[in-house]
Amino acid sequence: MLRSKRARKTVFAIFWYIVLGITAVAVMLPYIWMLSTSLKGSDEVFAYPPNWIPRTWRFQNYVEAWNAAPFGRYFLNSAVVALAVTIGQLITCSLAAFAFARMEFKGKDVIFALFLSTTMISTQVTLVPSYLVLKTLRWLDTYQALIVPFLANAFGVFMMRQYFMTLPRELEDAAKLDGCGRLRFLWQVLLPLSKPIVASQALFAFMGNWNSYLWPLIVTTSEHMRTLQIGLRYFVSQEGGTQWGIFMAATVFVSVPIVLFYLFVQKSFVEGIATTGLKGA
Amino acid sequence: MTALARQRGNWWHRWGEETLSAYLFLLPSIVIFATFVFFPLFFSFYASLTHWNLPFKPSFTGLENYHYLFTDEIGAPEFFRSIRNSFYYALGVPLNMGISLAIAVLLNQRLRGVSLFRTAYFLPTITSTAAISVIWLWIYHPADYGLLNSILLKLGFSPLRWLRDPHLAMPALILMGIWHGMGYNIVIFLAGLQSIPTTLYEAAEIDGAGGWARFWKITWPLLGPTTFYVLVIGIINSLKAFTQMHVMTEGGPLGATTTITYYLYQQAFENFAMGRASAVACVLFVILFILTLIQFKVVGSRIHYE
Repeated sequence: MLRSKRARKTVFAIFWYIVLGITAVAVMLPYIWMLSTSLKGSDEVFAYPPNWIPRTWRFQNYVEAWNAAPFGRYFLNSAVVALAVTIGQLITCSLAAFAFARMEFKGKDVIFALFLSTTMISTQVTLVPSYLVLKTLRWLDTYQALIVPFLANAFGVFMMRQYFMTLPRELEDAAKLDGCGRLRFLWQVLLPLSKPIVASQALFAFMGNWNSYLWPLIVTTSEHMRTLQIGLRYFVSQEGGTQWGIFMAATVFVSVPIVLFYLFVQKSFVEGIATTGLKGA
Repeated sequence: MTALARQRGNWWHRWGEETLSAYLFLLPSIVIFATFVFFPLFFSFYASLTHWNLPFKPSFTGLENYHYLFTDEIGAPEFFRSIRNSFYYALGVPLNMGISLAIAVLLNQRLRGVSLFRTAYFLPTITSTAAISVIWLWIYHPADYGLLNSILLKLGFSPLRWLRDPHLAMPALILMGIWHGMGYNIVIFLAGLQSIPTTLYEAAEIDGAGGWARFWKITWPLLGPTTFYVLVIGIINSLKAFTQMHVMTEGGPLGATTTITYYLYQQAFENFAMGRASAVACVLFVILFILTLIQFKVVGSRIHYE
């Protein structure tokens, strides 16, 4: 009886592995197709039936793609913007979270409710006026336009506040006795104790900004201010839509760095989504 | 007098100073929210009541923009089509959830090497929508050498026009959306599944409940709030979708993929009709607001459960 039950379990396990394996391969196929096409010359790109493995590997596609548009500049723009937004958000969020978690002041509940209400208002809804604000400030097509609107994040404030509230109150009393001010206490005591939440907030901010599309599309007008995502789109649409080997090479160097980055940090990222996605807001 | 001063000093020390510092701490966030969330929101309401084509100045016209969107012979069909298209695109959400839940249940069986699968499923979610759209633009290529068409031909079917076919363009975007969004749903479902106490399953197994019965009697009801959360978030994100339409179809063919967000973009940044675009934004705001309220209610009830 016991043996047959164990045998049945093994059979099921093998079956489930096969199901999971097939879906995993299916999920990976578009990436493999991208890599494969990125190494093909135009004769092979347009060949029917298509090969999954190119007969001759044409690495020249990558060089040509890199030189056909200012991708170096796009990378720089994306990196500057994503880093500035990430660091800026960590500063504004931790300051606000500290006030909500550790201080008593008039109007606290009202302000907190107002902060939370911003999560209900999406960029799409405020797109036109935000654009007009930047136009009035003469900030269109500048780094400020890509960075400043994203320097506050209510969700980040909420998550950090929740974390700060779990840290013991006695820390503060000890710090006060030592004559440590609030800012120094936040910077030297609270933040180092909150590494997990700081890390996942930083990741969300960085990835979200790196991948963003609609906002950089409308606030950048000149080629040298485009971010990587916008640059890729214009590259593909301007070349007339035929150079697929080169397009795929460009897509590889746009998408692969963030995938590699993710593989290094995936644990805290996935945990972050699992906790914030469920218990957030 | 000195006593009063001391009392005031005391008050200042205890409340005034703390309130002032708290507001200083909040100031950066408040300034950004005021400038880029609250002001734009109220300004949208105002701008939606004006005729405003850049670079000209706005002139107040009352509800004319809303009349255009809801009753005009040319405007209304276009606007309603964009709303219909958005909800059509959102039909991908329940499909996505079914697949994601099935995979999450399998991943939750504590098989070895599960984290490897999870990584694979999650990759599309962290890849930018722009890059993914370019990849799928190539997969959906309408010539015979397009990947999907070459498979169709091999199986003996005739090739399809995919993104160039008004009837197929939206289903094609939905299919890509499922591939793109599965990983996120799987992670959320897995977290939900792992919060269900294993003792329940053990008790059910002792009572002789099979795998199927355990799923419908334990997993499904206890996962209810998670499922609802994923559904509402999925619909909200579908209504906000823009990138894939801009990269792959530009709202076409024949407006088949012009969703409400894309229509808003067209009005504002192709026609420069800021007043009309603001009216669209206000309608979108109302729709998203209702959905978010529903989501908050459900998440709130979930917190009470725990």
